Amino acid sequence: MQTQTYELNMGPQHPSTHGVLRIILELDGEVVVKATPVIGYLHRGIEKICEGKTYGQTIPFTDRMDYMHSMNNNLGLCQAVEKLMGLEVPERAEYIRVIMAELSRIASHMIYAGALVNDLGGVTGFVFLIRDRERILELFNKACGARMTFNYIRIGGVQQDVPEGWVEECRRFVDDFPEMMHTYNGLIMGNEIFQARMKDIAILPPDRAVAMAASGGVLRASGVNYDVRKDDPYGIYDRFDFDVPLGTKGDNWDRFIVRMQEMEQSIRIIDQALKQMPEGPVMAKVPKVIKPPVGEVYHHVENSKGDLGYYVVSDGGMKPYRWHARRPAMVNLQLLDELCRGYKIADVVAILGTLDPVLGEVDC
Amino acid sequence: MVKFLLDEFEPAQLSNLLGQEVAIAGEGVSRALIVTPEQLIATMEALVTKLGFDYLGDLTSVDRGAEGLEVVYHLYSLTNQREIRVKAKVDAETATVPTVTTIWPGADWFEREVYDLMGISFAGHPNMTRLLLPEDFEGHPLRKSYKLQKRV
Amino acid sequence: MEIEKGIERLNDQQVEEFVQKNIILTSLDAVFNWARGRSLWPLSSGLACCAIEMMATGASRFDMARFGYEVFRPSPRQADVVIVAGTLTWKMAPAMKRVYEQMAEPKWVIAMGACACTGGPFNESYAVVPGVDKILPVDVYIPGCPPRPEALLDGMLKLKEKIQDPSKARVKHG
Repeated sequence: MQTQTYELNMGPQHPSTHGVLRIILELDGEVVVKATPVIGYLHRGIEKICEGKTYGQTIPFTDRMDYMHSMNNNLGLCQAVEKLMGLEVPERAEYIRVIMAELSRIASHMIYAGALVNDLGGVTGFVFLIRDRERILELFNKACGARMTFNYIRIGGVQQDVPEGWVEECRRFVDDFPEMMHTYNGLIMGNEIFQARMKDIAILPPDRAVAMAASGGVLRASGVNYDVRKDDPYGIYDRFDFDVPLGTKGDNWDRFIVRMQEMEQSIRIIDQALKQMPEGPVMAKVPKVIKPPVGEVYHHVENSKGDLGYYVVSDGGMKPYRWHARRPAMVNLQLLDELCRGYKIADVVAILGTLDPVLGEVDC
Repeated sequence: MVKFLLDEFEPAQLSNLLGQEVAIAGEGVSRALIVTPEQLIATMEALVTKLGFDYLGDLTSVDRGAEGLEVVYHLYSLTNQREIRVKAKVDAETATVPTVTTIWPGADWFEREVYDLMGISFAGHPNMTRLLLPEDFEGHPLRKSYKLQKRV
Repeated sequence: MEIEKGIERLNDQQVEEFVQKNIILTSLDAVFNWARGRSLWPLSSGLACCAIEMMATGASRFDMARFGYEVFRPSPRQADVVIVAGTLTWKMAPAMKRVYEQMAEPKWVIAMGACACTGGPFNESYAVVPGVDKILPVDVYIPGCPPRPEALLDGMLKLKEKIQDPSKARVKHG
C-alpha cells in the first residue's frame, strides 16, 4: 500500500514547547520522520543592544537570557569582564556567588523537572516542585529584592551583603532538601508511567553528543565527563568537593536523572560554602566608570543548560565593542531533529523537555 | 586545569605542527591564532587530528569596521583539556569563509546565526538560511553600519 | 376553583414591597458581567520570563484558584483573556494576533510585564514590538520586569472590576 507523509505544525503558541518554539513535524502516521525546529520567535537582539550600554548596564540583559538560571548568567559575564580587567574579588563575595549560583541551579532544575512531568501529564509533580522552588526564590528575594531577574552579581563582587538571618534560612533549606528529594523520588521518579515514557527513548551516543557540541546534562547523560566547574574551574569552585553525575545510555531517563542528581551535588556545594564563608567586604575597589583595557576575553561557566560562554571585546571605552554569549540551550536544541526521528509524536514532548531549552536563551 | 595552547607552544613550533604559516595576535587573555579563509580548513583539521580539539566551544564574529570582519572560533579539547582561539579574517565585501560543519557538525546553527546577524556566508554549509530573524528582514544587525533606533 | 378564604388581598404598596424583597430586576448584561468577571479562563500564552511568574501565580503558593482564574486553557477557542506574558517580537506578532482573533467574544487582553507594556529593556531593538498595544487592544497593563505574582493577581482583579462595571474604565475625553 502506498502511504504518504504529512506535515504538522507545532507552536509557536503551544503549551509544551517551553515558550515560543515552533517545530515543523513531518509524520508518517504517528511516527516522526523529520522534526525541524524553527527558532527566533523570542530573538530580542540582546547582543546588539549591549553594544550601546556600559559594561554594568549589560548585566540585567544576561538575567533575561536564561531566566531560570539568572544568577549564573550574571556570574559568567562579571567574571569575563573581571578577567579582562585583572580584578580580584573579595573572598566573601566569591562564596556568596557560589551559593547563589548553586541555589539558582536547583531552582532551574526544579522548573525543568516540573515542566517535564507536567507535559507528560503529572501535574502533581509540577505543583510540588514549584512549591519548593518558592523557598529558593524567597531567599533571593531577601538578598536582592527580586525573584527572578536579579542583577545581583556585579563586576567586582556582589551588590550587597546578605541580610541578617539569611545564612540560617539558607541552612534550613539545605537541611530540608533531602526530605524534598525523597518526595520527588516517590512522586516522579517512582512513577511507572513516567519511567515508561522516559526509558530507552531517544538515545544519544557520546561521540555524536561531542560532535554536536552538546553540553550540560545532555552531554553528561551520554557518559561524557565534561563539567566546566570541574574541568575549567572558575571562581573558587576548585575548593569544593562534589561529584559530576554521569549517565550510561544517553536516553531520556538519563538526561532527566542526571539533573536530579545534580541538584543533590549543588546542595553539597552550598553546604560546604556556608560552612567556609568568611566575613569581610563583598565588593572590590572598582572604578566608578568601568573601562577594561583593549582586548578580548572568552569566559565560560557551567549553566544549568550547559557550557555558557561570554565573549567580550573591548576597545578601551566605556561600552563593549562586541558582546556575545554562547548559549548552550541553542546548541543543544540542534539535536531535536535526530533524537525525534522514528519516535511517536507524543515522545516529541518528552524529548524536547529533556533537552531543556529556555527560549530566552535559545534566541537571545 | 585547562591549558591555553599558545602558552604551550612557540609560534614557530605551532606553525610547524599545523603545517601552516599562522600568525599570533594580541596579548594575555586576548591572544589568538590568525588564519586566512584559505588556510582555515587545513588548520582546523590539523588542530583536531594533531592536538585533539574535538569540541567546538563557540563560533562567532566581530565587525572590525575598516579592518574587515573576523570569524572567531573558540575550541576546546575534552581529551587534553586545552583551549585555543582561532580567528579567520575576511573583508566585508566578499564575507565568505568555508564551513566547519564538516569537522564539527554542531557548527550548523552557529554558522547560520553568524550569517543571519553578521552577514558572513559559509561556503559549503548545507542550509545557509536565516536562523533567528524572519526571512524578509533586511540587513544584518550586528554590522557596525546597522544603527538601532532611539528609545520611544 | 374557589379562592381560599382567610388570605387578605395585598394592596398595591404591599405588592411593591414584596417584589422589591424577592425579585431582582437587572439587565442580562450585568448578570453576565458579574459571572464573567469572577471566572476568567486565561490563555496560557507564555512568551518569555513573565511566563514563569505566571506559572508561579497559578501554582501552590500564590494559588490563583482563590479568585477563580486558574483554568489556563491551551486553546484560544476556550479562553476569555489572553495574558501576554513576555517580550513580543515582530516574528511572533502575526501568531499572537491570530491567536487573539481565534478567541471567542467577549475577550480581554492583559499586558504583563514591561516588555508587553512598552518593549521594556528591549524597546530600542530591531526585533521587538514596542508594546503589544501596537497590535492588540490592551485592557490592563501590569508593569514590572517581571511583575511579581501579587501584581498579576492585582491586575486580574482590576480586570474583574472593569468587566463588572465598564463605566469605571471609560476614559473621559475633552
